[in-house]
Amino acid sequence: MTLAPDHKPTFANLSLTDRLGKAMPVILVPILIVLGFVAIGAPSSWLTLTVSGLAMGMMIFIMASGLTLVFGLMDVINFGHGAFISVGAFVGVSVLIALGDWTGAASLLLNMAAILLAVVAAMAVTGALGWGFERVIVKPVYGAHLKQILVTVGGLIVIEQLIYVIWGPDEIFINRPEMLKGAVTFAGAAMEKYRLLAVGIGLVLFIAMRMVLRRTKIGLIVRAGVENGPMVEALGYRLRIVFVGVFIAGSALAGLGGVMWGLYQEVITAGMGEEMMVLVFIVAIIGGLGSVEGAFIGALLVGLLQNYVAFLEPKLALVSNIALMTTILMWRPQGMLPVVKAK
Amino acid sequence: MIVKLLSGDQPRSVLLTLLLLVTLVCLAGAPFLFDGVRALDTAARICIFIVLAASYDLLLGYGGIVSFAHTMFFGLGAYGVALASSHMGRGFDALLVGSVSGTVAAIILALLIGLFSLRVRAIFFAMITLAVASALAVLVSQFSGLTGGEDGLTYKIPRALTSANRMGEFMGTQISGKILNYYLVFTAALILFLLLLRIVNSPFGRVLQAIRENDFRAEAIGYRVIWYRTMATCLSAAVAALAGSLFAIWLRYVGPDTTLSFEIMLDILLMVVIGGMGTMYGAVIGATLFILAQTYLQNLMGSASEATSALPLVPDLLNPDRWLMWLGVLFILSVYFFPTGIVGRLRERRAS
Amino acid sequence: MSEPILSLRGLHTDIAQYHILQGVDLEVPRGQVTMLLGRNGVGKTTTLKSIMGQWSAKSGQILYDGQDITRLPVSARARAGIGFVPEDMGIFRDLTVEENMVLGCTTGPLDPARKDWLLSAFPALGTFWHSEAGNLSGGQKQMLSIARAMVEERKLYLIDEPTKGLAPAIVSTMAQALRELKAQGASILLVEQNFSVARALGDSAAVMDDGRVIWTGEMAELAANKDLQERLMGLSMETH
Ligand SMILES: Nc1ncnc2c1ncn2[C@@H]1O[C@H](COP(=O)(O)OP(=O)(O)OP(=O)(O)O)[C@@H](O)[C@H]1O
Ligand SMILES: [Mg+2]
Repeated sequence: MTLAPDHKPTFANLSLTDRLGKAMPVILVPILIVLGFVAIGAPSSWLTLTVSGLAMGMMIFIMASGLTLVFGLMDVINFGHGAFISVGAFVGVSVLIALGDWTGAASLLLNMAAILLAVVAAMAVTGALGWGFERVIVKPVYGAHLKQILVTVGGLIVIEQLIYVIWGPDEIFINRPEMLKGAVTFAGAAMEKYRLLAVGIGLVLFIAMRMVLRRTKIGLIVRAGVENGPMVEALGYRLRIVFVGVFIAGSALAGLGGVMWGLYQEVITAGMGEEMMVLVFIVAIIGGLGSVEGAFIGALLVGLLQNYVAFLEPKLALVSNIALMTTILMWRPQGMLPVVKAK
Repeated sequence: MIVKLLSGDQPRSVLLTLLLLVTLVCLAGAPFLFDGVRALDTAARICIFIVLAASYDLLLGYGGIVSFAHTMFFGLGAYGVALASSHMGRGFDALLVGSVSGTVAAIILALLIGLFSLRVRAIFFAMITLAVASALAVLVSQFSGLTGGEDGLTYKIPRALTSANRMGEFMGTQISGKILNYYLVFTAALILFLLLLRIVNSPFGRVLQAIRENDFRAEAIGYRVIWYRTMATCLSAAVAALAGSLFAIWLRYVGPDTTLSFEIMLDILLMVVIGGMGTMYGAVIGATLFILAQTYLQNLMGSASEATSALPLVPDLLNPDRWLMWLGVLFILSVYFFPTGIVGRLRERRAS
Repeated sequence: MSEPILSLRGLHTDIAQYHILQGVDLEVPRGQVTMLLGRNGVGKTTTLKSIMGQWSAKSGQILYDGQDITRLPVSARARAGIGFVPEDMGIFRDLTVEENMVLGCTTGPLDPARKDWLLSAFPALGTFWHSEAGNLSGGQKQMLSIARAMVEERKLYLIDEPTKGLAPAIVSTMAQALRELKAQGASILLVEQNFSVARALGDSAAVMDDGRVIWTGEMAELAANKDLQERLMGLSMETH
């Protein structure tokens, strides 16, 4: 006895508009790049700006991915996320400075080894910090947004101030490792080597993250948890443990983003995380809170737009992102790839 | 009569009543009770921050909405007065035009942000206000031609309100325009505070609290939740802008650090949380304690830091520049262990 | 007879300020299908959610397989062998049918034999195996929800209105699948509004009203007695 529908199933066709709706945000990135070309005119400047916009976008994505997943999973909004960015930057840069011999050498291998060590140290420290932050600051206020915001802001201040205590009140300047200085020229456009590296790291991370989310059981649990946490629990998974894991991973990624951003700006300050939070929030909101793919697209849009506008009209760079956010929220009030919560 | 002035919302605790009375008397008589410019300046700041914190309480305590743009509205009022005074020249008309246009700008901006972010989910509001406020702060420092950038603006206010205006002696104190200025600030602050008290005790305020408790249910009963929340945002922005105007009139200087910075935003948050959210009187107690601590406790930290200079790390932690860190710790602890704030505690004591 | 797989003793559950369950006493014998019946809003769903732990009981006891699980977290109850098909189906719409099924396996990979069995019971799931579950029709979602609960052997299944909104033909598929499940030795607590299904599947029945169980007995006894039905549920189930 089978009761398969004897007519041909039709929903695959019906969802075409649905699929187009999902594809639309992805198309926005090339559209913006083309618009940038039109507005800027000069191909070489455009190429340079596009690369640096992509690099910036990748770094913002790395910082934002943890925040958006943490929100998606447990409805926790962490205003202290920026602290991990700053701490990551300070730890990473300290390691780089300590490894001055390696970064100063004209050897790509040594340079990369130094960066790798810096990144590992930064991620270890921010991951551990994230773990503590979750236990001490976030856990007591599950389910209470108001308190979450207040308490995590408090955590942000305390960590930021501790950076001053540990590393002193001044900003720290940092030179990029020898082999990452300078630019390569392509089609008349100068592209900084470091930015190309940042684009590469960002892409690899995004793909890896997608693979984990799509292909592994943990990834399945995370995605299911974002959509309907109580049901994941009812199937027998301990969502809290998964959540703590995601929180730690997200904090470590913020730390990585901090190191990368520090090397990008070649200067770090305790307040840098707090400043980045503005962009991180914009990215998480326009992407759709809880959506990693949305955050990725959002980050690229923000990075590109910021660079194009900074070239055309420097003073309007940050405001352009507010305008972008406004436009996207008018189009899709829940963000580009909204996460529909089961209720 | 007094009950009516307070809109029927009495302090409901003997100790609290006493504290409020002492605060009121000290502020009302500040020019005569305390010596020195610093004391008067502190009193004026307390008046202004009481209004600012109370207007924030309308949003946070009564509406359950977290905003990070409150300093932006405060700044709009302040820059309104500053810009009007620098462009129109000194005069009361400039003060009026500046205050009104700053307030109107604040209301419009609040309306836009509110309609935008509150429509979707309340949590957007916190994030979006943070983004918008920091964008505005960046704009202010970038358009330095207009705003004076990081340096801010210094301008003249009517002579009648400055110390150059000497009006004789009273009770052994020189009465100058400065004191007149103080009473302008004091009176305006008192009126604004009573107005806020009236708002939160009106039917509007009660609906707002019902929404805070359960927005879903309030919507089901038929209240337009977005409308009430946006309205609260606009009202609180307007009062914050007026507080900003008072601040500008008092200081004769406006800069990003004193009006727009994130740090001031944190100060306001702390005042409201420590004083007691959703009580209005909490803003009075919180702002007063906070400003006093800020003015006098930082010195203490300095001496403590010096006294412990032999120890490792401790002097760094006690450095007056780390003032903010202790505020942060205090903030977290009060949200956890002290969620009803000082006013809440005082009232509980009476109840038990 | 052996002790019941599940017994509720004086279970009280509050939702917000409302006192919804007001002392539920209920037993689910091993290897049987127990029907939980009652008018709308009497607390059937709340009872299942309390057993699962999604609402925590204010007082009373939940004994499952000889163990007091009243204070266990949700996931621990599931891992103790309780499968749950909620009233809203709890499908992960952004995940494919396959991924939904994989998530149903908490102890290991998807067992091919079990998969084949479920796909032969619900062929539509096979057709849409790689499609997003959100695109399934309501009935298909219902099948997926049940199949996901059955993909791993559990001792007790809590199933909330599995035939809601299903076409009659599919209803019998569903019933057949539940019968097979029972044949494998599982115990089932089933909330069902469709009387023919209830009569066909149920061994025993419990009727709720106002947050209490007001009648328990053999399903056959209830099915045979129209007056009883009328008295307990306000209307004869035959008219459904
Ligand atoms: N989240 C909630 N908040 C408030 N009341 C609730 C909630 N969920 C259920 N209730 C109330 O609890 C009572 C029992 O609901 P329950 O869903 O258990 O009924 P039911 O017997 O499953 O009804 P139905 O046959 O319609 O599914 C109802 O009066 C309902 O209004
Ligand atoms: Mg039900």
